[in-house]
Amino acid sequence: MKYFLRRILWLIFAIFVALTINFILPRLMPGDPATILIQRLEGLEPSAIEAVRTAFGLETDKNIVIQYWDYLVNLAHGDLGISISHYPTPVWDVLKKALPWTIGLMGLSTIFSFVIGTFIGIGIAWKRKSKISDAILGLFLFIRSFPYFWFGLILVYFLAFNNPFFPLGGAHSTRLMPSDGWAYFKSVLYHGFLPGLTITISSMGYWILTIRNNMINVLAEDYITVAKAKGLSASRIRNLYAAKNAILPSISGFAMALGFVIGGSLLTEMVFSYPGVGFMLFQAVQQQDYPLLQAIFLFIILGVLFSNFIADIVIMLLDPRVRDGGSR
Amino acid sequence: MIKDMLKLFISNKKALTGVIILIFFLTIAIFAPIIAPYGPKQSRDESGKFELRAEPSLKHPLGTSHAGYDLFSRLIYGTRLSLGVGISTGIITTFIALTLGLFSGYYGGVIDEIISFINNIFLVIPSLPLVIVVASYITIKGVLPIILVLSLTGWAWGTRVIRSQVLSVREREFVKVAEVLGEKPLIIVFREIFPNIISLVMATFFTSTIAAVIGEATLEFIGLGNLSTVTWGTMLYWAQNNAALLYNAWWWFLPPGLFIGLLGTSFALMNFAIDEISNPKIRKR
Amino acid sequence: MSDTILEIDHLTAGYETKMGDVLAVNDVSFDLKKGELIGIAGESGCGKSTLAYSIMNLLEDNGKIYSGEIRFSGKNMVDLSDKQIKNFRWKNMSMVFQSAMNALNPVMKISEQLIDALKAHEKKISDKEARKRAKEMLKLVDIQIDRLDAYPHQLSGGMKQRVMIAMAMILNPDLMIMDEPTTALDVVVQRNIIEKVEELRHEFNFSIIFITHDLSLLVEISDKLAIMYAGKILEIGPADRIYLNPLQPYTEGLMNSFPPLTGELEEMSGIAGKPPDLLNPPQGCPFYPRCDKRMDICQKTMPEFKEIEENHKVRCHLYTGGNNNE
Repeated sequence: MKYFLRRILWLIFAIFVALTINFILPRLMPGDPATILIQRLEGLEPSAIEAVRTAFGLETDKNIVIQYWDYLVNLAHGDLGISISHYPTPVWDVLKKALPWTIGLMGLSTIFSFVIGTFIGIGIAWKRKSKISDAILGLFLFIRSFPYFWFGLILVYFLAFNNPFFPLGGAHSTRLMPSDGWAYFKSVLYHGFLPGLTITISSMGYWILTIRNNMINVLAEDYITVAKAKGLSASRIRNLYAAKNAILPSISGFAMALGFVIGGSLLTEMVFSYPGVGFMLFQAVQQQDYPLLQAIFLFIILGVLFSNFIADIVIMLLDPRVRDGGSR
Repeated sequence: MIKDMLKLFISNKKALTGVIILIFFLTIAIFAPIIAPYGPKQSRDESGKFELRAEPSLKHPLGTSHAGYDLFSRLIYGTRLSLGVGISTGIITTFIALTLGLFSGYYGGVIDEIISFINNIFLVIPSLPLVIVVASYITIKGVLPIILVLSLTGWAWGTRVIRSQVLSVREREFVKVAEVLGEKPLIIVFREIFPNIISLVMATFFTSTIAAVIGEATLEFIGLGNLSTVTWGTMLYWAQNNAALLYNAWWWFLPPGLFIGLLGTSFALMNFAIDEISNPKIRKR
Repeated sequence: MSDTILEIDHLTAGYETKMGDVLAVNDVSFDLKKGELIGIAGESGCGKSTLAYSIMNLLEDNGKIYSGEIRFSGKNMVDLSDKQIKNFRWKNMSMVFQSAMNALNPVMKISEQLIDALKAHEKKISDKEARKRAKEMLKLVDIQIDRLDAYPHQLSGGMKQRVMIAMAMILNPDLMIMDEPTTALDVVVQRNIIEKVEELRHEFNFSIIFITHDLSLLVEISDKLAIMYAGKILEIGPADRIYLNPLQPYTEGLMNSFPPLTGELEEMSGIAGKPPDLLNPPQGCPFYPRCDKRMDICQKTMPEFKEIEENHKVRCHLYTGGNNNE
């Protein structure tokens, strides 16, 4: 119970820190979004300039504490400002459309990657002497050295362009709408396959390596020898004695791993023109759409914090020592 | 002790392969002007202007870009900056991680609390988005800003790992003995603790460097880096922006990525070998 | 004669390394009767644990048995297949490991760890029956039954070790090997556990091989005592005889290294020097460099066993009269 409370408090605190950094960052950097937009929409009257400034919440004459308060209040109302590249659409509306695609693509891919990767990792650690294990290890070390986006490019090239097995981009066929039901859904899966494959394969290497390392350490422990002496079956030893212990540090490190996966997914979306948050980020960068940029950044951090929190809960469920308030 | 470690290192097949690959790249970087048939921004020679977007031929083994530059030469020359930026960033990042990790781990107390707190924040924030955000606010001239941005966003992991190790080494007997004997803290840090974390520092270096190479390439690819330079990353940017894919120009985007992957594999192998050597449980014999 | 439960016959075992074979157990022989307790004493690294693991056939990776036989109730175990050994082990002989700190699976309840040993060998046993047996075992080792579903980290060091003992006894084996079972515990707990083990041994009449470097402990509980050094047994015999009449200089040195808890303050003498490198075992007596009674012949040839008193044998040139013939 104490562990759980501690985790929630940390979560709340971290969210606050993230919000504050998000507030401070643009005010530290040179240039501001209002000026850029103004330059873009050439020749505005001073009053219009002021209006734009207000719209972006950048009235420099207001006290910084008041600005901060306004910022928090606005956030609570879901007001993240107005997007420059999609002017005059509010940032939140832009994000609302993109988020589901990213969560779906990244979420599913990460789950697949973790599950498959962990299985493979446990397997090659258990049968450490075999040549197949070495080969698999070598293969993933190799794959892991490549940038995600390049990998995506290759896949697109071979599987979508040269041989049109899969579509070149987009989240679904432009001719279909959600109201088309099953056909729409199939199209979504079809379009999501290559980007999903890219993310899954590129990030799988990390899970495989981590769990293999953990397994090797666990297998050197005395309780494994005892289990063998007791005459237990190989699968029982591997699963309940070795893997169950080896997986714990993996989950702990989930947060950091997630950072990599997020970065990779963003790039993958860019390569595949998949209309998720990553693609929006790409456009935001190119068009210097700072409000959108910041909002996306904020969401990413929030996403990581939540995933972290969930990982902590999972550990609590799996590791009895943590449940009893031990430190990790 | 260092000589023994080097001997072990070289006899390890993985490490050897990694080192050979690294030497391969270093050679290319150093001898670029000799190896490359043309300059990186050369678009003509005695026989006239180069053909634009040419396919691979004897004259241009990897074809030419949209501006007529020989892609093979660009790949060769690109090695210099890609490797250079990568390694410099790696060194800086490792230095930061080492310093912060050592002091945070050894001194503990308030210093540790502060450093760890900042460390945790940076750890939680995914590096790519952070890099993108910071880089998009600064206009990048030259490669120094790239190195700085990458270093400042990449030190977190190494610091945490080194700090953990320092914490555990600190509890070991020979350190306690030195403390009791009244040795100054700084001397203890460098003479007793440091030698025991060298393999970890090496691992941090390898990881940071390859992360920097990929980071630089990523930044360029998105268009946030310095596009007037020639690196593997900028090649990928131009390839993407000139629809190399649609024009079936595999020779444009395949080689730079392949080089990145190869360099990464080299570092991964060396990293792996160091792990095996320093951790007796992982060693097979 | 069918009283003999275990015969170790010229066993040589060790580890294959890149630099050669390390003979941690070098030509070791002894036997054990039913219900007997043999103590094996020696310094760290003298091969005691390797001996234990060899008998249990738990040598891993690069460990192997080079020669000799291990006969349990007459049957040679060295040649058994993996499957046969798996069925045989734990039912007939079990082991209590050093430091139960890491010998129990941290993410599994005690009950599960006790029960799965049962189920692995008695496949038809019901869950209810298995749980009942587990409770009985806990009672035997003086652990309250309400701790049956506890996790290892919720138990004290002494309790964990007792769980290990319960686990080792659950299939009623004829032989238990205990490898430094009390080393990591404080003296009071140690005493409790030793007493409990003795109680159980007399009640159930199983044999014990008790391995430790704590000679004073062994002298109290052992029927037989074997002194091991550098992979070889240097002296073996009834515990009280070895205590009163240590023949080997090494044994003498060991006896003198332990201060008695009561009695006069005596001058302590350790044994100077280090044990030899097992990668290149010396030709002669391995104790030669550290022995203060050494002679030239000690360096050249390994002394053979000579029986000095009834059942009390020693390998030392002091008793072979300078040659290995009778």
